Amino acid sequence: MDRKSGRFLLIGIPYLWLGLLFLVPFFIVLKISLSDIAVAIPPYTPTFDLSAGWGGFTKFLSELDFENYIWLIEDDLYINSYLSSLKIAFFSTLLALLVGYPIAYAMAKAPSEWRPTLLMLIILPFWTSFLIRVYAWIGILKPEGFLNQFLMMLGIIDEPLQIINTDTAVYIGIVYSYLPFMVLPLYSALEKLDGALLEAAEDLGCTAIQAFWKVTFPLSMPGIVAGCFLVFIPAIGEFVIPDLLGGSDTIMIGKTLWADFFSNRDWPLASAVAVVLLLLLIVPIVLFQRQQERAQEAEK
Amino acid sequence: MNISPNKKPSARFAPWDDPAQKPLVRFGNVTKRFGSFTAIDNISLDIYEREFFALLGPSGCGKTTMMRMLAGFEKPSEGTISLGGEDIADIPPYKRPVNMMFQSYALFPHMTVEANIAFGLKQDKWPKQQISERVEEMLSLVQLTKFAKRKPHQLSGGQRQRVALARSLAKKPKLLLLDEPLGALDKKLREKTQFELMDIQEKLGMTFVIVTHDQEEAMTVASRIAVMDDGKLIQVATPEVIYEYPNCRYVADFIGDVNLVEGRISTTAEEMVKLSWAEGQGDIDISYKNGCSAGENACLAIRPEKVHVTREEPQDVDNKIRGVIHDIAYIGNLSTYYVKLGNGQIFRAQESNRRRLANREFTWDDQVWLSWRNTAGVLLQK
Repeated sequence: MDRKSGRFLLIGIPYLWLGLLFLVPFFIVLKISLSDIAVAIPPYTPTFDLSAGWGGFTKFLSELDFENYIWLIEDDLYINSYLSSLKIAFFSTLLALLVGYPIAYAMAKAPSEWRPTLLMLIILPFWTSFLIRVYAWIGILKPEGFLNQFLMMLGIIDEPLQIINTDTAVYIGIVYSYLPFMVLPLYSALEKLDGALLEAAEDLGCTAIQAFWKVTFPLSMPGIVAGCFLVFIPAIGEFVIPDLLGGSDTIMIGKTLWADFFSNRDWPLASAVAVVLLLLLIVPIVLFQRQQERAQEAEK
Repeated sequence: MNISPNKKPSARFAPWDDPAQKPLVRFGNVTKRFGSFTAIDNISLDIYEREFFALLGPSGCGKTTMMRMLAGFEKPSEGTISLGGEDIADIPPYKRPVNMMFQSYALFPHMTVEANIAFGLKQDKWPKQQISERVEEMLSLVQLTKFAKRKPHQLSGGQRQRVALARSLAKKPKLLLLDEPLGALDKKLREKTQFELMDIQEKLGMTFVIVTHDQEEAMTVASRIAVMDDGKLIQVATPEVIYEYPNCRYVADFIGDVNLVEGRISTTAEEMVKLSWAEGQGDIDISYKNGCSAGENACLAIRPEKVHVTREEPQDVDNKIRGVIHDIAYIGNLSTYYVKLGNGQIFRAQESNRRRLANREFTWDDQVWLSWRNTAGVLLQK
């Protein structure tokens, strides 16, 4: 094999991977979203029949329509689900930033021999199944759970707080689950920060707090942006956390999608929900990509 | 007042010789310990206004700690540091009228050149108009007006160095600290920048304290040099005195090249001693003013360029020794001859190459005479 085709193969592999595992499934979903629900296996129509030839193909195309998308716009449930998901994802991201920044900052300031251990501790939760960790929160948050028992023991509250099955529990679950994705990019941005810059700021008249806002914070911006996207993007489509920790009035698009797909067996509508969700996510993903490129350029 | 005719009065800047002068900076018995390590060991030092003062020494000698204490990043464990008569030990860095140019320059990467220079002024809440005037002035001082809108990563090393200088000068500090300011520049640029630094210091009439491990740099820029070793001041003097009259072997050896000849003082006369240094060799005459007595161990320190190399035995010289050329280091303008003496010691002598190399007088293994005057070297006592 010559050099050129070797290089082609090397570039080809990720494209092949993307094509097979993302593009092809996406087009299947897109196709289903344009179909109609049917009591059949699979539960939609039309299905693609190669044996019917060209005529069969045009007939197949003519039966596809945007009915499901129109339905999505007309039914409040879907718009509310999307909006509620956006809202929950946005505030969870903000909370994760508020919790994650001090953690990352403390890690970056810790003696260098401690840092690998601290990093390890941040990554450690990944060794346990995500599902189990979310389940564990039920045990903590439920009325007779650890948190309520603890607070009542301290005499802070007289009767259990209703946390489980509320939006609060969903926020707690998302912030907890995605915190490492916030901390790691923040840590890597803060760790690179040259201590001399802070001394220079102090030398030029800043108190430590002013130096933080004028130097540390702006220079950690790439980490903040990366962390926020890494939390925001998966949080929008989150299903497990609102399902296990949220209540019946917690609506998130992941839950809605699940209900349409499994409870209603409305694959076409569920597919349309998924396609719209993907389109919604493309905007932040593209923004994220561009920011990463810019950050890399600035480092050169 | 009696001024010697060949010296301009303005050239005599020596406030350290004038007891009436008050120092700008005074270290009073300052000791600094980090845990069990003593970085600064009971140092007292005065620095005067308008001085360009150099702290010189190998890495780990404590010079950077001295500077960081002036900037306020470290507090002395014992002793006092005063600036303009005021004890500054408890004043935090952001309130001191002292600015520092950092070794790594520490330019804010997210700000333009302009914003970097304006940073301290904004912090001090200068009016907008004055800030932009001052920034303009600083930019033209360091010849970077064209680069005002650039970010630090778009500048060359030399340009960054100038931005760092402009930023540290912008607030008109009483004292400017320069931490190895030219360390990252190449040799040519460094030499050029040294003169620019001196010009700027003279033009602004400010007090500069520079930390460096480069003795040539210290010699070039400084009005006085403090040679440090192991947390102590070894000698504090003008560059000429440091070079010509080092007070100990460490200083003699640290600054430039030197030949050290160990021996014992055989006789002392008025302002003259004789040093006996090897069996069968004549004593060396050394002009010496301070008191010393015969029998003491002592050492002659003499710079290679003060030693002549001749083929014929020189007449009318104070000191002469025979030797064999062991090695020659040719560095273009100069040649250093490594001459092996009768007792096996290697003695360095330097001659400038006024003639082309092809016509060189001596070559390897030639018998030569080394000679020097009795005022050429200094006697170092134990």
